[in-house]
Formats: sequence, structure tokens, C-alpha cells
Amino acid sequence: MHPVDRRYTKEHEWVLLERNGRALVGITAYAQEQLGDVVFLDLPKKGTRLEQTQKLGEIESVKAVSDIYTPLNGVVFQVNQELVEHPELVNEDPYGKGWMVRLSSVDAAELEKLLTAEQYEQFLSQLQ
Amino acid sequence: MLNRTPLYEAHVSLHGRMVPFAGWEMPLQFHGILAEARAVRTSSGLFDVSHMGRIWLTGPEAAALLDWVTTANVPALAVNVARYTLICTDEGGILDDGIIYRLGQDEYLLICNAANRDSVWRWLVQWRDERFTKVKLVDRTTEVAMIAFQGPGTLQAMERLAPGLAERLRPFRSAQAQVAGISAHVGRTGYTGEDGFEMMPAAGDAPALWRHLLETGAVPCGLGSRDVLRLEAGLLLHGSDMDKHTNPFEAGLDRFVFMDKESVCSGTLRQVIQREVHRKLTGFQMVERGVPRHGYPIVRDGTTVGHVTSGGYSPTLDSYIGLGYVSSELTPPGTSFAVDIRGKMVKAKAVALPFYSRRRN
Repeated sequence: MHPVDRRYTKEHEWVLLERNGRALVGITAYAQEQLGDVVFLDLPKKGTRLEQTQKLGEIESVKAVSDIYTPLNGVVFQVNQELVEHPELVNEDPYGKGWMVRLSSVDAAELEKLLTAEQYEQFLSQLQ
Repeated sequence: MLNRTPLYEAHVSLHGRMVPFAGWEMPLQFHGILAEARAVRTSSGLFDVSHMGRIWLTGPEAAALLDWVTTANVPALAVNVARYTLICTDEGGILDDGIIYRLGQDEYLLICNAANRDSVWRWLVQWRDERFTKVKLVDRTTEVAMIAFQGPGTLQAMERLAPGLAERLRPFRSAQAQVAGISAHVGRTGYTGEDGFEMMPAAGDAPALWRHLLETGAVPCGLGSRDVLRLEAGLLLHGSDMDKHTNPFEAGLDRFVFMDKESVCSGTLRQVIQREVHRKLTGFQMVERGVPRHGYPIVRDGTTVGHVTSGGYSPTLDSYIGLGYVSSELTPPGTSFAVDIRGKMVKAKAVALPFYSRRRN
């Protein structure tokens, strides 16, 4: 159910490692399901340096405002502008068009410490 | 322990996300708040509103009691007419808003908000005991259910389930009727800004009526979409947009206040209307992106000039809208101000209400 090509956090973010020390960050299908319809995203500016578990931005559903955290150290290389214009993509395609930022200067070794898809699935089953 | 409506099992079986609301366990959403709101605007949606209070007033003084505690011209209501009204305190504050249905010669039904059912009941009892002792008051909230069937598609569906009824029922008219063979009091009323019907069957018949209505293709809707729809239609929510510290004129509800009568609040309201109203409810639209929410300050030139009372994303207008109280001079449409969204000043402008009104034939 959760793509195996990436890693997950207990805060329901995912990271997909790309080439050249870059990585995409988004939130999981479980997270968007819990939030309900997403209507607004506040994402950091390009060039922002983020430390692991630091606040990456805010996501607002019809009913609530939640913080999103960065799963890795990195620098914001690109923000998904399409998502800012169409926040509903988080609900429709959380693992694809719903990506939020592309980080650069990430440490691949750090990624190894995050949950695999299987571990995340296990973690979710304990929540329910 | 939360109350459950007769439709609780139906909601659970439809995977409704159940939440506590004013002492009741109600569905917040089924498939998604925005999808449900869109269904009501384009086809039809079905809401369980059985949590709302239903109080019957009977006897020769029933009209007089209602006339005393509300702002409506109650004696002027004909049988089978419904009217939106405000229940005011002696200080002219809004205790609740609701709908009066005149069901018979000396029989009235008052629909009030779930959160205010106790205070409305106590207010009615107090005045019954003091001045209108012949009125019999009965709270039938749990005996009778209430289902709102809303949207442009409801007309055709009702024609199949209750032939001829829609034609007889103009807006804010009601009738005792058979819908899919089930007895219910039906009003051409709602809280969504769309055409529609509100039906009150006996509690035991509610699940069957709900099923019949779903079979017409209606989308089950929760409280989330109800809130989005009422905001788009510029309809106020008691407890957010008005309360007992707000008077009807500040809330922009002048047209629901019949001044030519004596009531518990008429003296105060006459004084209020003499004075200038200093703050007024305004609709506003965000000029920059941002979600205005209840309690956020409204700011102009660095000074807080009011607060947001309701706000959110409007799927119908694809913009962010809200209601709030500001100094009266800031209400003309186009007036610009900002909403302080968690410390960030986001531009907005006053707009006329309602935000959305349906096309009428």
C-alpha cells in the first residue's frame, strides 16, 4: 500500500531519495486521510536550510491546521508550486503530485534511520 | 455519554467519521467535506439533523408565548408556514436562532440549535410559568427525527417519492405528507443555500426514510459540508457568528425583527435601533491566500478592528471567505483590511452577503 521506494517517519512524512543528494518530501496516504480535504499549504522559501524534525510548513484542512516536519537535514531546493495552487493534490495523489518540497544536500545515510514501508505499515497497525 | 440519533447505525455503516457535537455523536463527513458540499450544489445531499431541538408548543396561548420570546410576527403566521426567527434575551441579545413551524390552529413547533436546546427550553418554561400558563411545552427531539434533503436534484427525487408535494410546497411552507410511504412533516426549508426539504418522521421510521432518500442518488453529508454550505450562503451560525452578547442589528438580521409588537426584547431593541450600531457583521473574501478561522483578529493600519467569527475555503467560489465583526464604517464592499493568520497579515476585502446565491427559476 505504501510505496517501497521511499522511507517514512512516525509523523507520517515520506522521503524519496533522488540523485545528487536530493530528496522529495511529502505526507503519507494515512496522514491525508486523517486530515481530510486539504485547502491550504504554507511551505518554506527556496534556499531555506532545515534541520531534521524542524517545522517544514503548515498544512490546513477544512477543519484544522497542522505542522509538517522535515524528516531530514537539507536545503529547500524547490517548492511544489502546483500544490500551493491546488492543495487538493495532497488528497488525490499523496505519493506523486502531492510532493511538497525537494531538498538538496541531504545525507543518504540519515535516510537509512527512517522507517521502511513495511515498518511504517507496522507502526500504523499499532495505532489502530 | 453522547446522544445518538436514530440514524447512528446508518452513519456507521456508511463509514461516517463520527465526532462529538453539542452532546451528540454526529458524522463530520462521509467521503469528504468538499465533495459533499459540491454534491449539494450540483445534485443532492442528505443530512441527519436529528440533533437539533424540536419543541412543540400547544394551546390557545402558544402563539402569544412564541411572539413574546422571538422577533417574528408570530400571530401573522398561517398554518403550514415556517419562519426563520431569533430568540432574544430581555437585553436584546440572541439566545438562539431557529425556525417556527405553525402546524395547526394552536400548535407550533420550534426548531432550535442542539447546543442551545436546554437554554431555549428553560427560557420558554420561564415565560410560560410567568405569563402564558395555558401553553403545553413538549420536547420531542428524541421521538421525532429530522433529515435535510438539499440540492437542485431534490425536486425530481421528491416528485417520485411524494408526487405533487413539491409543487404544493413553496419555500418556507410545510405539510404533513407521505414520503415513500412514510409519514413525515415536510418543510421546504434548509441551511445550505440550495432548494430542498427538511423532513420530520417518527424516530423509528427515520432509517427507512434515509434509505429511500439515499436510493435516489443523494450523497450522504456530514456536519463539515453543512458548515461550508451555510457559510457560502451567508447564513449565520449561533455560537460563532452571534450569541447572547450580539444584537440582531449588529448581526445584520434586521429583516427578521418585527418591531411593531411587545416582546421580552422589544423595549431594548427599540433603544438599540435609536443608538448607532458601532460594530457590524461583514462578509469578506481573502485577497491573498490564507484560511481565516474563528477568533483571528481583523486588522487595519496596524490596529485590531474586529475578529473573524467563521471562515474557510469555499469550494463553490474557489476562494477563502469569512464572516467577522468590524467597526461599522469598514463594512462597505471593497473596504480592505487584513486578517492576522497566526501572526501573518493576509490581505482581505469586505464583500456583500451572501457569498453565493443559487440561480432561481
